[in-house]
Amino acid sequence: MIVFAIYVAIFVASFFIVKFVARKTITDYTSLKTVTFGDESAVTPSRIASVISILTIFLLWGAFTGSKIVPGFLHAPGPFLGDAQFTYTAEADGQQADDATVTVRVFEVGTDVEVPEIEPGDGWAKNDSDTVGAWRSGLIRVDRNDEFGRDAGHKIVAINGQPIEPGASVQTEFGRVGMSPKGTLNFEPNKGWQMEPIWLPPPEAVVDRLGEIASEGYRDSTLWEHLGYSLFRVVVGFLIGAAVGIPLGYAMGLSNWFRGWFDPIVEFMRPVPPLALIPLVIIWAGIGETGKIILLFLAALWIMAIAARSGVSGVKISKVHAAYSLGASKWQIMRHVIIPNSLPDIFTGARVAMGVCWGTVVAAELVAAEKGAGMMIMVASKFQLTDIVIMGIILIGVIGFGIDMLMRAAERALVPWKGKG
Amino acid sequence: MSGLSINNISMRFDLPNGGSVQALKDVSLDLKEGELMSVLGPSGCGKTTLLNILAGFLAPTEGAIELNGHKVTGPDAERGMVFQQGALFEWMSVRDNVSFGPRMAGKREAEWGSNVDHLLDVVGLQDFKEKAVYELSGGMQQRVALARCLANDPDVILMDEPLGALDALTREKMQGLVLKLWKETGKTIILITHSVEEALLLGERLLVMAPRPGRIHTEYRLPFAEMGVGADLREVKKHPDFNIKREEILGMIWDMEEEIMGRTEAAS
Repeated sequence: MIVFAIYVAIFVASFFIVKFVARKTITDYTSLKTVTFGDESAVTPSRIASVISILTIFLLWGAFTGSKIVPGFLHAPGPFLGDAQFTYTAEADGQQADDATVTVRVFEVGTDVEVPEIEPGDGWAKNDSDTVGAWRSGLIRVDRNDEFGRDAGHKIVAINGQPIEPGASVQTEFGRVGMSPKGTLNFEPNKGWQMEPIWLPPPEAVVDRLGEIASEGYRDSTLWEHLGYSLFRVVVGFLIGAAVGIPLGYAMGLSNWFRGWFDPIVEFMRPVPPLALIPLVIIWAGIGETGKIILLFLAALWIMAIAARSGVSGVKISKVHAAYSLGASKWQIMRHVIIPNSLPDIFTGARVAMGVCWGTVVAAELVAAEKGAGMMIMVASKFQLTDIVIMGIILIGVIGFGIDMLMRAAERALVPWKGKG
Repeated sequence: MSGLSINNISMRFDLPNGGSVQALKDVSLDLKEGELMSVLGPSGCGKTTLLNILAGFLAPTEGAIELNGHKVTGPDAERGMVFQQGALFEWMSVRDNVSFGPRMAGKREAEWGSNVDHLLDVVGLQDFKEKAVYELSGGMQQRVALARCLANDPDVILMDEPLGALDALTREKMQGLVLKLWKETGKTIILITHSVEEALLLGERLLVMAPRPGRIHTEYRLPFAEMGVGADLREVKKHPDFNIKREEILGMIWDMEEEIMGRTEAAS
């Protein structure tokens, strides 16, 4: 909640600051328009906003994870670390109430720690010491070293002078001291506002992990093998799907019989999400490469068939008539009119299909796989290796974006006439 | 027998709701080689249907069409077609569009190259021959369509409102070009148009068609096409006879439209 509030605050503040600082200096055509609200063509993404947006994400990420890339004064308050102290007041049968001090060393989880040495102190209740990890909590049996234990009616009645009873708790300057129903103290040091690395690691931990996995691999495969396998499945599945789907779509666009025969199948299969086929494909073909490729083939097939069909249907009849009047044969019309005319639609379909295949392969690998980007993050999540999970998500996003960019570039290069008919 | 003869063509098709439409009824016509004929009529008079039958895209329910003594059964390179717009192949360059017919016939560039370049010169597109057609203006695109049709050397050229989508100025220039090409190539040309002026200018013979059922209403023989060859078309349009004919035909079409309106209102 606080993160969201800060995010909105940065959004609003940077909007006004940039608006104030960056007075309009250029006078291009758009800047001279007086009506911009409602004119879509006058809206261009503000590059400054994009940069601030990305910086803000990393700033918030770093600030709330105690990252080194964010200067210390911007960090959100971290968890308490060091020696915490509080006193308790105990009573026992036939004894006067006595005070003793508890020293708890709060340490960073994963580092070595020693129990602090303390003097036992005077009175029948002796001083105690223990350790608790940051963001964790620990039970502290303070009665164990006292002269009168629980069998002698040992009972804690106050923490730092404030009364306490089973089920209640007292807030101290170092953290919360609670009492279990049986009367055992439970110390929970202050957590601060930062996220624990097992929930959200700082950015540099993700980068470090990327370097580590890139060089050493994860689960018997290198990072490139994991990503390569995912890409390989997508490319092979898509190519087979296109090789079958495009001729099928052409046939459906050119023949009544094919259209009638395959329409029910295509129209039924199109709305079935490929993810819903995963269980069936695993039953039929197992979790190996065959199953994955069948799944991706099915994901791409219908999209490509429909794209090719609409490409054929979209050919202007006057073009076909013109070609016939110029003496072209059926095959020449196919080759020189229908196929080139359908290429823009097929490219659009291919972009959609590649996107769907990439999503489907990751999902299929999440379910079951021996290698692959999805498998990597799934296994890592089971071991709470959040840094690997985040790294995997970022890599999957980058590759998906890269695929789309490549398809767009190919489209621009190969079908420059798109949308210009 | 040389030329185009249309013998008692009728076209009637059924509608999904059980009714039927008589698009053409008993249309007969003979065209000699090299004649330029324009066809005019209110919408729904069947002029586009007639052109599609001539091109071979539609089979008439009755009657037949003969070209140079043989029956027309389907589209063929002997009857070239120029469409209103959008019939160019935008994945080909201008030159590839123009040479499409000869290339599909399996001819080598040595056979068609000089003719295609000559036609590109005639329509003034020599400098644009390597451009993609979508980079050209509407008027230039129609010049490509004309050149493409001529490069295939058809016996008859059928034009379906070829200048309908152009602005007034371009249209006038293109009308001059059509007359020039007609005179230079000596082709038989049938041109459909919505514009009375254009029909007067681009028709040695002018056919006015009437709707419901589509039929030939009146035929004129006009001198304006001949006068317009190589002359300023605006001068031709100022000719007193031109204005008289224009008013006469406009009035005729106006009456037909009125009649249709009246019938529709009576029916509803």
